[in-house]
Formats: sequence, structure tokens, C-alpha cells
Amino acid sequence: MAEGPLLKVSHLVKEFPLGGGMFARPHGRVRAVDEVSFDVSRGETFALVGESGCGKTTLGRLILGLIEPSGGDIEFDGQNIWSLSRNQMRRLRRRMQIIFQDPYASLDPRMKVEAIVTEPLYAIQHLPNNQRREVAAELLEKVGLQPVDLDKYPHEFSGGQRQRIGIARALCVRPELIVADEPVSALDVSIQAQVINLMADLKQEFNLSYVFISHDLSVVEHISDRIAVMYLGRIIELAPAESFSVSPRHPYTAALVRAVPMPDPHRKTAPIHIEGDVPSPIDPPPGCAFHPRCPHAFKRCRAEQPLLVEVTAQHFVACWLNKGKGL
Amino acid sequence: MNDKLLDIKELRVNFHLPEGTARAVDGISFDLAPGETLGLVGESGCGKSVTALSILSLIPSPPGRIASGSIQFENQNLLGLNSEKLRRIRGRDISMIFQEPMTSLNPVLPIGRQVAEPLIVHKGYSKSDALAEAAGWLERVKIPAARKRLGDYPHQLSGGMRQRVMIAMAMICRPKMLIADEPTTALDVTIQAQILALMLELKAELNTSLLLITHDLGVVAQIATRVLVMYAGQIVEEGCIADIFDQPFHPYTQGLLKAMPRLGDRLGGGATRLNEIPGTVPPMTERIIGCKFADRCSYAFETCREQQPELFQIRPGQHARCWLKHHPERRRRNG
Repeated sequence: MAEGPLLKVSHLVKEFPLGGGMFARPHGRVRAVDEVSFDVSRGETFALVGESGCGKTTLGRLILGLIEPSGGDIEFDGQNIWSLSRNQMRRLRRRMQIIFQDPYASLDPRMKVEAIVTEPLYAIQHLPNNQRREVAAELLEKVGLQPVDLDKYPHEFSGGQRQRIGIARALCVRPELIVADEPVSALDVSIQAQVINLMADLKQEFNLSYVFISHDLSVVEHISDRIAVMYLGRIIELAPAESFSVSPRHPYTAALVRAVPMPDPHRKTAPIHIEGDVPSPIDPPPGCAFHPRCPHAFKRCRAEQPLLVEVTAQHFVACWLNKGKGL
Repeated sequence: MNDKLLDIKELRVNFHLPEGTARAVDGISFDLAPGETLGLVGESGCGKSVTALSILSLIPSPPGRIASGSIQFENQNLLGLNSEKLRRIRGRDISMIFQEPMTSLNPVLPIGRQVAEPLIVHKGYSKSDALAEAAGWLERVKIPAARKRLGDYPHQLSGGMRQRVMIAMAMICRPKMLIADEPTTALDVTIQAQILALMLELKAELNTSLLLITHDLGVVAQIATRVLVMYAGQIVEEGCIADIFDQPFHPYTQGLLKAMPRLGDRLGGGATRLNEIPGTVPPMTERIIGCKFADRCSYAFETCREQQPELFQIRPGQHARCWLKHHPERRRRNG
């Protein structure tokens, strides 16, 4: 097996044009992903968390090569994915797959389960029908469904079962990396636990790496090895999951953690009051993007953007308060 | 006069669908005291929203129909009222806020007018008086520069701000009871914390009763004083929050609490497995003779499949719909 990380993202930027249309010229740009760098090792679960509009989904789509970056590099197993030929890219695509949030929208209602789960394979090589069925049956078994389900349509399944079908489809080509974009957010608690456990089992069995995108801190802390917190397109904190909620270093992470309602009536949450809403990414504030809402902001925060620096082992923070000290 | 503001008895709501009759709410009874916060929790399709909608006769009909039961509000049966009388209660004595504020607000009316409307309709305010009062309420729900924003349209506001507008609109007539159906589910966690704090603040100030419907046990633990856990159209457990969270009795309640990942669990160790509740909720159209949870329950025995359990008292104030109450030895054997 090759050395080095499976996925390496450096200084990644994605800008979208604003407005414009068939004839009108765009009148500005919005930076959805801004100078993001991280890497994911083999067998690791790397989480991207943040609130709506922080750029986590765009980042996920960039990693998969579904949209082209405006700047920076994405290397998969040492290869820059945007320097590859069409053919090389096709071969690379089978090594990375995606699981979507909405198990209703992500399955074609007119296709049978057998066709759905083997479709990625079909895109790569033609399989005789009997072999295809065999592959599909094996995949369903891996995700806890029955061979009898092969001839059913998506509407015959519950949300949790549909998500299992989506996972089987992702597994079909035996990928090394799976980007899971809010895979359990649409599911009920009891079903969510089933899918999280299934994802953990499959990771073991197939030595998968996950990029797990979610807004739910409790789920992310449970499933991940490392967690990156995003705010307005940038990673503002990156920490091992074990120390994430106990010693957050960025005031925004601290506010996120403290805002989670604990399922324990004896431990009342005492949310840290942060002002207002996330500012518009169209016109981000100067300096640290969080400073208008930050209770600790001082002069430097308004003028200079802090960079992500390692404050303790493996724990990176982009905050002027944290040149070596905690909150 | 009794001390209950709301008293629901044996409510049954059916939906007549092509595939059969769905018993969305299957005989539930509960009450709400003035000023109380009651949490109604359960997973999708358990009937919690249908229960809330029935209180104000908002069930889409057809296919829905309230088959039986009574809903007493201040000693009058809401189910017996004509639409004229119901209109006088909605928004004045009982108001409701929903999950998605964008679909509950009128997109073509300025927010000031929408917030003012209940005062004009119910209290006979003049338009200008109502608008002045609405401005005060928008300030009260902490909308920045409220007076300047009376003419704003819903699309100009963020999700959190829209929910604040909904709250202002719901509270402006100082209702005796507020029904909040997943009020923070569509919001980010930092905004959720702000909205919950705001709801609690106003509720305490106006002594409003709150019926909070949610799937999030965390929100319930933080806000409610009493909880009803619903499963497949029935209440399976009820009690004060301390009892439900510290000593849940029903295997479903226990399973739910153990299925949740909790922040801080990773401290001093790797990931543990989450507790799964196997299987899925039975379809609402299915006739189940015994306990509706039996198929997913690890303790289920013959009685569970043959006879429906009642809500047995576990301790004062806590009830659970489970045969284990009378067969505690079954829990030990399988547990």
C-alpha cells in the first residue's frame, strides 16, 4: 500500500459567481470554500461540521471532483485529481463514492433495488445479468437487507432502509473513500443508531475512510477520529474527536458545543450568548469572520485574519486568542 | 372549574387512505395545567403532530377524521365547536407555531402586518394601534432595528428571525396556551438555543402553557417539566422529566435514550457502539392486537403479543404501557 494520506486537500478555494443569468454579467463572487487544507489517512473518519451555509457540502463535492475548484489542490492517493485524463479520472471515481442526506431524493423511484445498487459498477464495466444479481444480493446482505428486496422499488422501503440501499450503492465498486453528506440527519434516533453502527462496521470490514459531513455535533463526535469545524468557508478548528467537546479552543466551537441541548434534565445547558446570525458570505467581515459575533473579539480580530495553527498536539485553531493558550 | 387548562380524553384520529384506515392517533389522553410545559416526543409518524393539529381542528379532512374522544379546553369541548367559535379561539386563546416558518408566514405581506393581524381580528384594534403594538413585540422577540423592519417581507429575514416573527405573532394576544410543533428543528444549533431561551422567557412572563412537540430528547430535557413519549399513535410512557430520563420504564423509552450519541461520551475512550432498536415502526394501517412495540422489543413474551397493555402506574406520576410492570422477572431474564 502506498505511503502518505489517502486524501490531501491544500489551499482549496471555491468561488461562485453571484447573480448574472443568460445575458446579465455576474456582479460579484461568493467564496463558499476559502483556503481549506487538511488530509485524511487510510481508515480514518474525518468530520466536517458547521451550520448551514458554512461550505461543508461544497467542500464534499470538491473532494469528489464533482465541481471544479477555483484554486488549490486535491490529491487522492498522491495524484492531483484535476491533472488526470478523462480515463484516469474514470478509474479514480470508483475509488471514491458518496452517500447523500435525503434517502428519498437520492434513489430513482423507477429503478428496482438491484439496478440501483449495481449502477456504479455498470458505469464501469458491463456485467452479465446473473452476475449483476449476485453482486447486488451480496451488497444487500452487507447492509442488512434481504435478497427478496432486490426486486422492490424504493417506495416500498422506510427512510432507514433506503439509506441502507444508498450505502450499498456506494459500496458497490469497493471504494476506499466515502464522502457521507449528512447521512443520518433525515433519520429518526432509533434508525440513526442502526445506520451509524452499520457505517462503523463497514468501515472495519472494507478498511474505508470517511469524510463525514454533518451539523450534528453529538453524532460527529461519536463516529469520527478527527473533527474540523467550518465557519464561512474556512476551517476554524481541527481537533481529535476525544478532545473536541471537552476542550474547544475557538469561541465559535465553544458556543456550538454549549448550545447542544443535553438529554439530561439535571445538566441544564448554559448556552454562550453569541450575537445574531452568521454573516453573509457575499460580504464577509474583515479580519476573523467570527469577530462580529464573538464575545472575546479585540482589535486584532477586526483587522487581521487568523490562520490555523497547532496549539497543542494535533489540535489546530484559527483564533487570535489561541496563540498557545486556551479560552 | 377544574385546574386543567386542556384535558384530552381517548382521542382517536383516523386517516382514510386507499391502503386502509391509518390510526394516526389511537386513544390518547393527557392534560395540561396552566403555565405547564409538556413535552410530546416520538419519532416520525408516531402521531404527535396529528395530536397537536386535532386540538385546533386543523386535521386535513378528508382523509383525516377525528373518530372519537374529547378535547376540553377551559371546560368546553373544542371538538363540538363550529368553525366560527373555533376561529375565535385560534390565535387568541391557543396559538401554534410550526417547524418551517417560511411556509407559515405569508410571503406577500409585510411582517408588521402579519404580526399585527391577530390584534385586529381578535381584539378589535385599529390598524395603526395594532402596528404600533406589533413593533413593540418584534422588539420583544429581539429582532434588531424592529421598527424599521415592519415593512420587511419574510424572504428578507433569516430562518431564526422568521421564527422570532412567528413567536411574536403567536404571543401577541397573550394566549393561554402555545402549541409549538418542532419549533427549532429547521434551525442551526446556536439559533435553536436562542429561540428556546426566548420561548421560555415569554412563557414565564405571560404564564402561558406550552405543549412542545419534538423528536429531540435533548430539547425536551432542557425545556419541559413533564413528558409524554408516543409510539405508533399511543402514549407508551409519561412522567416528569427527572423520572423519564433517570428511570425510564418502557423498553422503547430506554432504547431511545440509549440510541442517542451524547456529547462528551468520547472522553477517556474510543467510540462505543450505539444501542439500536431493531426493525421499524409498524405501518399505521396494520391492526396490531397486542403491544405495538412487541416486534421490536427484546423482552417481548406471549402476553405482549396477545393483549394490549394499559398505561400502568410505575410510580406516582409515571405511567408506562408495558406488561413488564406485572412480569418484572422477564426483564431480568433477558436484560
